[in-house]
Amino acid sequence: MKALVDPNKCTACGVCEEVCPASAITLAATMAQVSDDCTLCGMCVDTCEFGAISLPEVGTGPMANLADYRGVWVYAEWREGVLHRVGSELLGAGRKLADKRGVELSAVVLGHCLDGIGEQLLPYGADRVLLVDRPELAHFTDEAYSGALRELVRRERPEILLAGATAIGRSFIPRVAAGLGTGLTADCTELDISAEGLLLQTRPAFGGNVMATIVCPHRRPQMATVRPKVMKPTVDPRGGRIEPVEPPPECLQSRVEVLEVIPERDATARLTEADVIVSGGRGLKKAENFALLEQLAQLMNGAVGASRGAVEEGWIDPSHQVGQTGRTVAPTLYLAVGLSGAIQHVVGMQGSQIIVAVNKDPNAPIFDVASYGVRADLFEFIPAFIRKLKQEQGG
Amino acid sequence: MHIVVCIKQVPDTKNVRIDPDTHTLVRQGVESIINPFDLFAAEAALRLKDRHGAKITVITMGPPQAETALREVMARGVDEAVLLSDRAFAGSDTWATATALAAAVKKLNPVDLVICGKQAIDGDTAQVGPEMATFLDFPQAACVKSLDLADQHHLQITRQTDEGTEVWKLPLPALITVVKDVGEPRVPSIKHKLRAKKAAIPVWGAADLELAPEQVGLAGSFTQVVRVFSPPRRSDRILLEGDATQQAEQLYDLLKAAKVPGI
Repeated sequence: MKALVDPNKCTACGVCEEVCPASAITLAATMAQVSDDCTLCGMCVDTCEFGAISLPEVGTGPMANLADYRGVWVYAEWREGVLHRVGSELLGAGRKLADKRGVELSAVVLGHCLDGIGEQLLPYGADRVLLVDRPELAHFTDEAYSGALRELVRRERPEILLAGATAIGRSFIPRVAAGLGTGLTADCTELDISAEGLLLQTRPAFGGNVMATIVCPHRRPQMATVRPKVMKPTVDPRGGRIEPVEPPPECLQSRVEVLEVIPERDATARLTEADVIVSGGRGLKKAENFALLEQLAQLMNGAVGASRGAVEEGWIDPSHQVGQTGRTVAPTLYLAVGLSGAIQHVVGMQGSQIIVAVNKDPNAPIFDVASYGVRADLFEFIPAFIRKLKQEQGG
Repeated sequence: MHIVVCIKQVPDTKNVRIDPDTHTLVRQGVESIINPFDLFAAEAALRLKDRHGAKITVITMGPPQAETALREVMARGVDEAVLLSDRAFAGSDTWATATALAAAVKKLNPVDLVICGKQAIDGDTAQVGPEMATFLDFPQAACVKSLDLADQHHLQITRQTDEGTEVWKLPLPALITVVKDVGEPRVPSIKHKLRAKKAAIPVWGAADLELAPEQVGLAGSFTQVVRVFSPPRRSDRILLEGDATQQAEQLYDLLKAAKVPGI
C-alpha cells in the first residue's frame, strides 16, 4: 500500500517530492507518482495545497457494534490518597465533547479508601463518578489498574475515554487500549469532535516541530492521553451521582509486588508537577550559583531544572535535567537562565505556556522559543528579579 | 537468561522542521539515528549480561536500511539481531507495531526479559512497550532507572514516577522500559564491531511471524493521521528593554498580568 494521488487534482507542482522522507515520490509529466518505497508516513498529504494526496484507510472496516458505544469517560487519577488535578482539567475538556455529542460525562476513579473523593470531582461537570475502591488498587500497578478499567469499559461501552498523560497514565492506558483492541493517541494537546463523532486528537510529533491530528475511525472507545496543564477545569456542578463499582477480583490481579514508594524529598526536583520551573545551564558557571535559582524557585513555589550541560558539569543532580533524555515538562512558566536552548533541551520544555529566556548572548537559540526575552547578565537580572518579587510579596 | 532489546531507527529530530516561508516539512539532510532511549535499553541488557551472563537479541521493525542500526547495537556487545521488515508493515501505528514486535518475541522464545527505551523521540508515544507487554501477557514496569535480578526468577527495579521513585519486584518473563539513569551507553569495541560487521541478520516478514496481512501495517492499525501541520508560532514574543532592574520590573508585570501561579 502507498499514498494515493488523485490525477484530477494533482498539478505536478513537485512540493510533495521535496518533503517525502522516503524519496518515494517522483514527478511524471502530469502528476506525482508514488513508488513502493512509500512508508505511509503522511508527510505529503498536508503539504499538498490541492488536496490531491490521501492515504489508504486504516484497519479492515468498522467493528460490528460501533453504535452501541455511548458517553464520554475521564480517568481521574488518584495517587496515594490524592486526586491529581489533571482529572478536573479533563472533565473540562470532556464536558465540551459530551455536550457536542449529547451524552453523559463520567469520571472514573481507581484507588483505595476513596471516601469523599467522588464529591471532589462532581463540581467540575461530571454527570456521575464511578468509584472502584479496592485494597488491590492502594498502590499503582499496571496490571491491576488496566484490568479494572478494562472491565468497566467492557461493561458500559463509552465512546471516548480520556486520561492524563502523566507517568501513570502513559504507563497503563496503553495496556487498557491493547487489551480492548482499540487505538490510542498519546499526549494530546488539543481535542475536538467531528460531526460524525470522531475524536480529533492533535498532538506534537518530531520533538514538537510538527503537529499531527489523529483519529480512530473504526474502533471504540476512542482513547487519548492528554497532556496535563493544557486543558482548563471549569466549575459546573450538575448534581451528578456517585456510583461505587465492584469489578470481579480476577480483574484486579497483579504479578508485580510494590516494595517501596519513595516520594521525592527535594521539592525543587518535582519537575513534572510544578507550575513554575527555573532552569539553569552552563551560563551559571558553577554549582554554587544554582542557589540563586533555588531561591527564585522557592519564592514562586517552583522547581529547579537544568540543561544537560549543567548536569554534565556536575553542578546539579541528574534528576533535575530537562530535555530529550531528561524530563519533559510543560509548566505555566519556564524560566530558562543561562542556557543556550539546544534542540535537545527545547523539546523537553517547549510545551510550557510562558517561556522566559535570560541570556546575555542575543543570538542564543533559546530566544526563538521564548515568549519574553531578557538580554542581560543573569547575575544582574536574577538578583534584581528576586528583589522585585520579595518587594511585591512583602507588600 | 535471554534478553530481547527493542530499538527504533528515528530521524534526528533536530533536523525535522517546517519551512516558515513555504510551510512545508523540511527533512533535507536528515540523518537516521538510533533512538537515544533505546541505547539505554541495550546498555541495561549488557549490564545484566556482565553481572549474570545472558544472551541478548536486538530487534527492530523498519525498512531494510534499519539493519545498520542493529549492527551498531551489536558492536556494543549484543549477541544477535533480527530485522522485521516487510512492505506489509508500512503505515503501522503503535498497535500494529507492538503486534509485530510481540510476535517476534514469541518466535524468539524462550525470552526472560524484554527491554525497550521509554519512548521514541520521533513519535514520543511511549505506547509500544506497554502494548507489547499486553500482547505477551508479561508484567511491565515503565521508566525504570535501575534494575537487577532479585533471584533467578525475579527482577527488582526502581522506577521514576511523577513524584519520586518506586521499587518493584517483577516475576520473569517481564517487559520494562528504561530511562537514561540505567547507565551511559558503552562505546563499541573493535572486537564486537568486527563481529557485528560479519554477522548474518535474519529478516522476518509478516509470514515468518505468522501474522496475516490484515493484522499488520495500515490494515492492522486503528489510528490514522488525518492532518500534519506546523505548530502555531508564538505570537507573544517580546524582547524586554532597559537595564536589569527595568527588565525585572517589566517581566514581573507581564507575568502578573498572565496570572502565573506564585507571582
